[in-house]
Amino acid sequence: MKHIIQQVFHSGKFVFGFSIFATILLIVIFYPLFVPDPPLTILGQGTFFPPGIYVSVYDSLSATSYTLNLDEAAAKRIASKLSQEDRQAVKEWLIAAGIPEAEIDPANTEQLLDQWFANYDSKKNVPGMTNAKRNYYIRLNNALKGLLSPDAATVSQTNPQTGEMEQIDTINQTDYVNVSEVANLRLLPLGTDNFGRDILTELIAATRVSLQIGFVAGIIATLIGLTLGLLAGYVGGVVDDAIMFVTNLFTVIPTFVLLILISFSIGQEQRGAFTIAVVIGLTSWVWTARAVRSQVISLRNRDHVNLSKLSGHSIVHIILSDILPYIASYVIMALILQISSGILAEAGLSILGLGPRTTEVPTLGLMINWAMIYQAHILGNWWAYMPVLVTIALITFSMNLMNTGMDQVFNPALRD
Amino acid sequence: MANTMLEVKELSTKYITRFREDVYAVDRVSLAVKEGRSLGIAGESGCGKSTLALSLMGYYFPPLHYTSGEIIINGKNISGMKPDDVRKSILGREIAYIPQAAMNALNPTRKIIHFIEDVIMEHEVYATKKDIYERAKKLFETLGLPAEVLQKYPVELSGGMKQRTVIAISVLLLPKVLIADEPSSALDVTSQKMVIKMLRHLMEAGMISSMIFITHELPLLYNVVDDIMVMYAGQIVETGASREMVFDPIHPYSKGLMGSIIVPEQGLRDVKLTAIPGVPPNLKKPPAGCRFAERCRFVRPECLVTNVSLRQAGDGRAYRCILPEAELREAYAREEHKK
Amino acid sequence: MTTLTQPLLSARGVTKVFGFGRQKNTAVDNVDLDLYEGEVISIVGESGSGKTTISKILLGLLTETSGEIYFQGAKRDIRSHAKKQEYWKNIQAIFQDPFSSYNIFNKIDSVLLDCINMRGGRSLPREKKVEMMSEACSFVNLKFEELTNKYPFELSGGQMQRLMIARIFLLKPKILLADEPTSMIDACSRATILDELMHLRREIGMTIIFITHDIGLAYYVSDKVYIMEKGKFVESGSADSVILHPKEPYTRRLLNDVPKIYEEWDLTTV
Ligand SMILES: Nc1ncnc2c1ncn2[C@@H]1O[C@H](COP(=O)(O)OP(=O)(O)OP(=O)(O)O)[C@@H](O)[C@H]1O
Ligand SMILES: Nc1ncnc2c1ncn2[C@@H]1O[C@H](COP(=O)(O)OP(=O)(O)OP(=O)(O)O)[C@@H](O)[C@H]1O
Ligand SMILES: [Mg+2]
Ligand SMILES: [Mg+2]
Repeated sequence: MKHIIQQVFHSGKFVFGFSIFATILLIVIFYPLFVPDPPLTILGQGTFFPPGIYVSVYDSLSATSYTLNLDEAAAKRIASKLSQEDRQAVKEWLIAAGIPEAEIDPANTEQLLDQWFANYDSKKNVPGMTNAKRNYYIRLNNALKGLLSPDAATVSQTNPQTGEMEQIDTINQTDYVNVSEVANLRLLPLGTDNFGRDILTELIAATRVSLQIGFVAGIIATLIGLTLGLLAGYVGGVVDDAIMFVTNLFTVIPTFVLLILISFSIGQEQRGAFTIAVVIGLTSWVWTARAVRSQVISLRNRDHVNLSKLSGHSIVHIILSDILPYIASYVIMALILQISSGILAEAGLSILGLGPRTTEVPTLGLMINWAMIYQAHILGNWWAYMPVLVTIALITFSMNLMNTGMDQVFNPALRD
Repeated sequence: MANTMLEVKELSTKYITRFREDVYAVDRVSLAVKEGRSLGIAGESGCGKSTLALSLMGYYFPPLHYTSGEIIINGKNISGMKPDDVRKSILGREIAYIPQAAMNALNPTRKIIHFIEDVIMEHEVYATKKDIYERAKKLFETLGLPAEVLQKYPVELSGGMKQRTVIAISVLLLPKVLIADEPSSALDVTSQKMVIKMLRHLMEAGMISSMIFITHELPLLYNVVDDIMVMYAGQIVETGASREMVFDPIHPYSKGLMGSIIVPEQGLRDVKLTAIPGVPPNLKKPPAGCRFAERCRFVRPECLVTNVSLRQAGDGRAYRCILPEAELREAYAREEHKK
Repeated sequence: MTTLTQPLLSARGVTKVFGFGRQKNTAVDNVDLDLYEGEVISIVGESGSGKTTISKILLGLLTETSGEIYFQGAKRDIRSHAKKQEYWKNIQAIFQDPFSSYNIFNKIDSVLLDCINMRGGRSLPREKKVEMMSEACSFVNLKFEELTNKYPFELSGGQMQRLMIARIFLLKPKILLADEPTSMIDACSRATILDELMHLRREIGMTIIFITHDIGLAYYVSDKVYIMEKGKFVESGSADSVILHPKEPYTRRLLNDVPKIYEEWDLTTV
């Protein structure tokens, strides 16, 4: 036994798959210890904040300010303000003003501004330009001039006694605060979702729930499949016929359709994560049963089984001690596949809106479902669905790798 | 003088069991097989023949461990090589091994051609399936096996056919030395004859240079190999040319072994076979003296304490006994006379 | 010894067909066999001739396609598992391939312990059981202390096979079906084991069916020899008449193919 486990851990594929899976598992277990927030607390007002560090503006004002004279600061500030459309508009003007296109580089902010101030003339009439466009250029020119002005910004507050606005502070362009001195900031590595919840925390909680669903579904499916397969394969005769009849029935109806029908008929109110897991388990045992049965059939005529019969053992004893150990490795492999397909089935159901209805816990499928309903994929808010897809892919990929790794160990060309 | 294909000097190997006990299954075995010659190994079951065969390849994996000695295959000393290197460059190319009961170990869910693909691809990464098929077909035809076998599953083949297929698979890479461990003991006499014919053909056609053949069937061994080596409890007790070994054994154990040969001949049913009472020694704690002493009818007190080494007896014969050859022969003659 | 009028075990028109359609294969074809108490018979034939199949049918491990089997004068009834267990108290076997006869997950002690339990020794003290197991091992030239606590894959092929024979010394069945029982055992131990087996047979009047390729062995041990070809017995009779004066060409060919040491062994005839 020890030897077999050693061998399994010598297989590169298995070890690779196992490390991925173990990492996921460790993160799922340890992350909540460091970030104890409930996963579904709504942090943000508004949908889909992009990933990043969020710094409190209010607290920045009251933090100590330091003066730093950095060369590029102004240019960077302007660059970040000057939008892509504005740059394009500037370029159009310059071309109209007779500057060769090759000399204009919309990405080079400094050069672009120089060229603009040298060539812009609000009175100049460009043929074919609409009035609206002309006004736009005037506004743009003012805005750019404002950007270049070295004036400080003024902070004022309403005086509670007089009710008048009073200037309490000015902020120079060279003022900086140290981020670590700002009282409030929040890291949102994966941004927020449509409800303004931290996606990372939510994703990790969802992974845990989905893994649980996978395990429960996988174990139920494997137990049913194993029992039926053992009985059908070993006992044979009428028992075999009956079990194979049911199995064939299940094979003819596609499992997923069955799953949809059952989930639908259970009704939204009753659909908890556990219920969904059980339903998935109850509908996916079929191929385990078939596979176990064929393994048992090839085993039951082996001489060690015959010897066990001749030694006066009961059928139960023979199944448990002469058949089961021989297919144990196979069953474990089947279990792993069942778990990963259970996770996928949950995701599939949830995407269709038939997944668990929960208010406390998310699942991977539900996260995709929410992202889809709020059109994250159309709005380009990749952080709302990509990490979920990657997690699902990683889980199933790692489990399949473990499986092939084990397969190579258990079924080499020559068994001895 | 033909060159030596396989030379083993004082090779010892042991099993380390789950309880961390050592089982000394091969103890200071030396042998040499020349090009074009075949060596047969016989001996009590459990005396370490299969273990020796495994050890000869220099490919050790737990629980089998190398202790000491040298193995030289075709001029290459492989004693210190890493198992992975041995597997890549020695197994199948220099030396091939057909394990005991190999034909029943073929994975029933794969076709014969798949085993062949595995073997070749392990060594030649760029071989295409089509090439492999052509090569296998050619080999099978030269060995007198129909090419349809390639497309069959092991269960579809009869015992004899399966065994010949296994042999064909093991000589795919044209090894210098072939070790066959009881290749025919599960076969009927006719299939056995076909297997032997195939092995002979391999030797004669020069596809393999030397062969080591392990079997309990002494009449078969007598007909197949040039030299016979008899083992007892992990050691060689006697070696020599096969004819002399069968008709004129020196060591008391070989004498007993050759005396138990059964051939279907008149009067056999009335003959009392020479059974040797007693049990071979425990290989975990081998006796200090002669390992056969406990069961030997000529045992002397000094046998139990003296570590006997192989004695030369002319003509490449050697035996492991404290008694001189002449004295043993005399004793045998007396026994014969009494009957 | 065949003085009893009623056979202990007999087969009438037993046929076994594997597969159907184009794969159809009649492994045993309308075989009649009478086995009298205390008799030793051998079934010899080439590989695939149906020897193992007929023995498994006699054991009740395979069901015959047609034909009847009579045990102790009455039609054999092994329809339920309980009845089978009763039957197997009388008839035991040594299987052809020792490598697949063991459950590799159990220590070999369990094989012998099962035999003691089956003979009603479940409640015996541990020392007594060990003593019985050691004795059985000594009959087959094995040391129990050396084997105890080992797993089957830690034994040599011959040791596994001998342990299977040791079972018989514990079980002492009425009928023994031995399928190639000594194919992996050296000539010398084989002589000892056969001696012990014959001794047991005389002691308890055991009936033995040897199934073997080894014609020398068949000749040495058996009263009657049956030659099997393609599922049928083509020749049968006393060992002397069949082996020394074969009539059928098939038997002659088999005999011719046996490796000899006093005559030339002709490799050109295959
Ligand atoms: N379970 C099975 N399913 C299908 N065919 C089988 C089965 N068992 C045996 N056969 C076929 O029945 C025939 C007889 O086989 P059997 O094992 O009885 O031969 P045998 O005489 O014992 O041969 P051997 O000497 O090789 O053991 C063979 O052709 C074999 O292929
Ligand atoms: N894995 C193992 N662990 C411990 N001891 C072992 C192991 N395998 C074999 N042995 C012991 O080593 C000894 C030699 O075994 P080996 O298989 O080499 O015998 P053999 O001569 O080939 O016998 P046979 O003719 O029966 O095949 C035996 O006594 C056996 O019990
Ligand atoms: Mg061996
Ligand atoms: Mg058979």
